[in-house]
Amino acid sequence: MSNPTEFLALVRGPLFDVAIAIFLFGVILRLTEILALGRKHDYSESRGGEGRGGWTTIWRRMLPDQEKIKRAPGVTVLGYLFHIGFFVCLLLFVPHIELIYNLIGIKWPGLPTPFIDVAAIVAMVSLAALFVNRLIHPVLRFLSTFEDYFLLVVVFLTVFTGYAAFHRLMEPASSALAWHILSVELMLVIFPFTKLMHTFTLFIARWYNGAMAARRGVQS
Amino acid sequence: MSKPTFEKGYNAFKKEIDAPVASFFSSCVHCGICAEACLFYTETGDPKYTPIYKLEPMRKVWAQEYTLAGKLRSALGLGRKLTEDDFKEWEELVYDSCTLCGRCSMVCPVGNDIVYMVRKAREAFVAAGYIPAGMVGAATRAVKIGSPMGVRLKALEAQISHIEEETGLKIPMDVEGAEYMPLLSSMEIINFPEYLSALARIFREADATWTLCSEAFEATNSGIQLGSADIARELLQRVVDGAEKLKVKTVVGPECGHAFWALRWEGPNLIERPYPFQVQHILELLDRFRAEGRIETKGEIKERVTFHDPCQIVRKGGVLEQPRNLLNMIAADFAEMPDHGKMNWCCGGGGGVSSNERADELRIKVFALKKRQIEASGAETLVTACANCRLMLEDGIDEYQMEMPVIGLTEAVADHLLERRKD
Amino acid sequence: MDKTLTLGESLRQSGVSRRGFLKFCTATASLMGLAPMMAPRIAAALEQARRPSVIWLSFQECTGCTESMTRSHAPTLEGLILNHISLDYHHTLQAASGDAAEHAREQAMQENHGNYVLVVDGSLPDENGAGYSTIAGISNLDMLRETAEGAAAIISVGTCAAYGGLPYAQPNPTGAIPVSEALPGRSIVNVPGCPPIPTVITGVLAHFLTFGGMPELDDLNRPMTFYGQSIHDRCYRRPFYDRGQFAETFDDEGARKGWCLYRLGCKGPMTYNACATIKWNQGTSWPVESGHGCLGCSEPEFWDVGGFYKALSAPTGDVSRAAAFGALAGAAVALGAGVAGKRKQAEAQEQHERVTVDDLGEK
Repeated sequence: MSNPTEFLALVRGPLFDVAIAIFLFGVILRLTEILALGRKHDYSESRGGEGRGGWTTIWRRMLPDQEKIKRAPGVTVLGYLFHIGFFVCLLLFVPHIELIYNLIGIKWPGLPTPFIDVAAIVAMVSLAALFVNRLIHPVLRFLSTFEDYFLLVVVFLTVFTGYAAFHRLMEPASSALAWHILSVELMLVIFPFTKLMHTFTLFIARWYNGAMAARRGVQS
Repeated sequence: MSKPTFEKGYNAFKKEIDAPVASFFSSCVHCGICAEACLFYTETGDPKYTPIYKLEPMRKVWAQEYTLAGKLRSALGLGRKLTEDDFKEWEELVYDSCTLCGRCSMVCPVGNDIVYMVRKAREAFVAAGYIPAGMVGAATRAVKIGSPMGVRLKALEAQISHIEEETGLKIPMDVEGAEYMPLLSSMEIINFPEYLSALARIFREADATWTLCSEAFEATNSGIQLGSADIARELLQRVVDGAEKLKVKTVVGPECGHAFWALRWEGPNLIERPYPFQVQHILELLDRFRAEGRIETKGEIKERVTFHDPCQIVRKGGVLEQPRNLLNMIAADFAEMPDHGKMNWCCGGGGGVSSNERADELRIKVFALKKRQIEASGAETLVTACANCRLMLEDGIDEYQMEMPVIGLTEAVADHLLERRKD
Repeated sequence: MDKTLTLGESLRQSGVSRRGFLKFCTATASLMGLAPMMAPRIAAALEQARRPSVIWLSFQECTGCTESMTRSHAPTLEGLILNHISLDYHHTLQAASGDAAEHAREQAMQENHGNYVLVVDGSLPDENGAGYSTIAGISNLDMLRETAEGAAAIISVGTCAAYGGLPYAQPNPTGAIPVSEALPGRSIVNVPGCPPIPTVITGVLAHFLTFGGMPELDDLNRPMTFYGQSIHDRCYRRPFYDRGQFAETFDDEGARKGWCLYRLGCKGPMTYNACATIKWNQGTSWPVESGHGCLGCSEPEFWDVGGFYKALSAPTGDVSRAAAFGALAGAAVALGAGVAGKRKQAEAQEQHERVTVDDLGEK
C-alpha cells in the first residue's frame, strides 16, 4: 500500500468483497443454527393470535415503555439515542444510500448533512456514555465481558471515522474514507459472530416471546 | 433409579435448548434492564440476581454445542466449558432467587423470554442433582402421598364432611359425567377450606353439575416448580386420568397459580396430546357465570381493597380482566396497586421458593417491594387469587408487621353471593 | 534571446513596464499563497534572476501537458514566465531535431551543470521494458538518470510523470514507473493532473526562481499551495451536497439545476487540486462546472479506482459474486450445522433418563 489511493482502492474493492462474503456467510449460518433447532409442537389449547402477538411484540419492544424509562433510564435513553443517531447516519446519509443502491438496487431520499452531523455526534456521545455507564453501573459492570466493551469501541470507530472523513479531520481525505470503510468492514466481519447479531435475531426472539405470550392471552 | 450426574445435567441442557432459546442467547446485548424487572435485584442490589445471568450455565452449553463459533473456540481451548461447579454455584440463582414470575420476559428490549429459559434450565439442574432440599421434599410428598404438603384423601374427606355439616350442601365426589371437575391445592384443603365451601355454593347457585375426583383432587404440581417434566407428567397424569374416567367437560383449576400453569399450558405438552376436556381457571369460570347472569352478588366490601395479581394467572396465564370484573362486583372501593396487571410484582414465593426454606430470608427481604406496592394502593384489604401468593402475602405482612387481612377472591365472591335458590 | 540577461532585463526588453512587472509579482505572490507584502521580495529576486536553463524530457506521455501549457493566451502569468526561461530542450517545442536536438540537451547540461531545472512529463518503462520507449536510441531510464544527475531541481509534470498515470494503469504493459521511482532518493516536485493546470507549473517555476528552492510539499510531494485543498471543499456545488441535492443521471432535473455530482461518481472529495479555484482556460470553467464529475486526475492511480462514474462510497469489486459465494458457502455450512444441531438435540432427548422422585435426593 504505497499511497492513499491504493489503500482506498483496496478497501473499496477486494476487502469489501471479502467482508460482505464473510458477513453473509456468518449471518446465514447463525440464523440457520437458531431456526434449525425448532421448537416442540404446543398441544395446549391456544387463546389465539400467535402470529399477531409475535408481530405486535416485534413492534412494541421497539417503542419506549414506562417501565424501562422509569427503572433503567440511563441505558434506555442512551440506547435510543445511539440507535437513532446510528441509523440516521447509516440510512439517511446520501453516500450511504448510494452504497446501498449499488448493492441492492433500492434507494430513498437522504437528509442534508447538518442533520447527519448532529446524528453522528449524538451516536458518538451516547456510545461514549454507554461505555462509561457500563463501567460504573453495578449490573452492567458485573455482566460485561470483553466483547461488550470491544463492540462499543468498534461501533464508535465506524461512526468516528465516518465523521472524521466527512469533516477532514484527517488528511488526505482518501485515507480518512479508507479508514472509515475499513472499520465498517471490520464490523461486518465480526458482526455474525458477536452480539451485533442481535440486529437480526431480535426479530426472532421478539416473535417467539410475543407468540408464546399471545397464545396464553397476554400481549407481551 | 438413576443417580443424577453432571453428564445428565449437561445432556438435559442440550435437550432443552431449542430455537427460541438460541434466538434469545443470540440477541442478548447485556443491557442489564432485566435486572431492574427482577425483585431479587431491586431489593438486594446484588447484580448476581440479574435474570439473564441466571442462565449463564445454559448459555455456555448453547454456545459450545449449537454454534460453530463456540465449537471453534472450544477446539482452540478458548471459551469456558460448563463444569460441575457451575451447577453448584448457580443452584441458588436458579431456584432461590427466581420465582418464575416472568417479569423479566416482559421488559427485555430484544424480546428474550427469560423465564421460559429458566424453566428449561431447571430441567438440567434436576438431572444433575442440584436442587434445594425443601423442593425435593415437596415433590417427593406430591408423588408418594398425593400432595406436596402430605395431604391425603382422608384429610380431604374429613374437610368435606365438616363443610357438608356446616353448610348443609353436598360435595359431590366421583360423579361420572359432571360438567365441572374442580381441583384443589393442598393449601386450600388445609389452610383455606373456605375455598371448597365457596365452590359448593357457587356451583349450586350457577346450577352446574360438578364433582371432585378422589384420585385427582390435588392440582399443584411440584414437578413444574422443580423443573422436571418427568415428575410433572407423573403428577399431571393423575388429573388427566381422573378427568377422562369421570368424563367431565371442564377441569377447573384452583386459584393456585402454578397449578394453573401446569394444567393449562404445560399439561398437554407433557402428555403430548390435546386434552379431551377443557381447562379453565376458577376466575375464568366465575367471570363467565357472572357474565351469563348465573351468579349475582349482594352487598359490598366497604373498605378499600386492592388486588395482588398472581404471576402465573395474570402475566403468564392471561387471566387479567376476570378478577377485576369480579372485584368490581363486590368491592365498593377497589384501588389498583402501582404496576398492577401484567406488570405486577411477585409475592416472592412463586416457582417453588415457598417450599424452599433455605430461601426464606431472601424471600422476606424482597417482600419489601410488595409492601411498598400495597401501601401505595392505600388499601385496607388485600385480595388475591392464588393460595400460594396468599400464604406468602400473609407471611410477609406478618414479618413486616403490617395489619391487613388477605382474602381469596373466590371466597370473597362466595361470601357476597346472592343465594336465590332455596333447595 | 541572450541567456546572460536577468529576468528583469529580459522582461523590460519585451516591453513589460515596471508597473506591469510589479503587478505580475503581486499576482504570483497571491497564486503561491504568499502575503502581498512578499511581492517586492519576489520582484527583487526575479529582477536579479538569471534566465534559468530548463530541460524538458517527454517520455511515455500524450503531449497533453505541453498542450495545456501552450494553450494559454497572452498575456498570462504563465506566458510571461515561460517566455523568459531558457527552454533548452523540449521535443515538441524546439526547432532542432535529430542529433542537433540531442546536442542541445548535452550542451545545456554541461553549461549549466548543477543549475538547470529538469522537467519531466510522462512515465518511463522500467529496466525490463527499456525498449518500449527510447529517444535517439537512449532508453528513457538512461536519459532520465543522465539528465537528472546535474539538475538543480526536478519537476514531474502531469500524473504520468508523478505517479505513472495512464501507462501505469492496469495491466501496465510497459512496466511503466513514475519519475520518483526511477530516481530513488532524489527530491522531486510533483505537479500532477491530467493535464496539470498551466498556472501551477509556472507557479512552481516562479517559486524556484524567487526562493531558489522548492515550495512546501504534501505527502505526495505536491506543492501545498496548489494541492492543499480538495476539490470537494472548494467546489461551488458543495452547498448542494450539504443540502442533500444530487444529480442522479446526467440529464435529470438535478443535473440541469447544477446539483452535486457525487452520485454520478465525482471524485472531488478525495482529489486535491486547484481546479475549483483557478479553473481552466483563463478561468473560464472547469470540469464540474461543465457538468461532469471530477475524475480525480491529480491523485495516484486514478484510472484504477473503480470507474469514473461509480460513486466514491460504492464498492468497486464484483460484490454480487462475493455475496453469492458467501451466501452459498454460508448456506452449505449452515445446512450441515443445522442438521447436526437438530440431531444432537434429538440424541440428547433419547439419552435422557426419566427422572423420578427417588432420584432427587441422591446428591
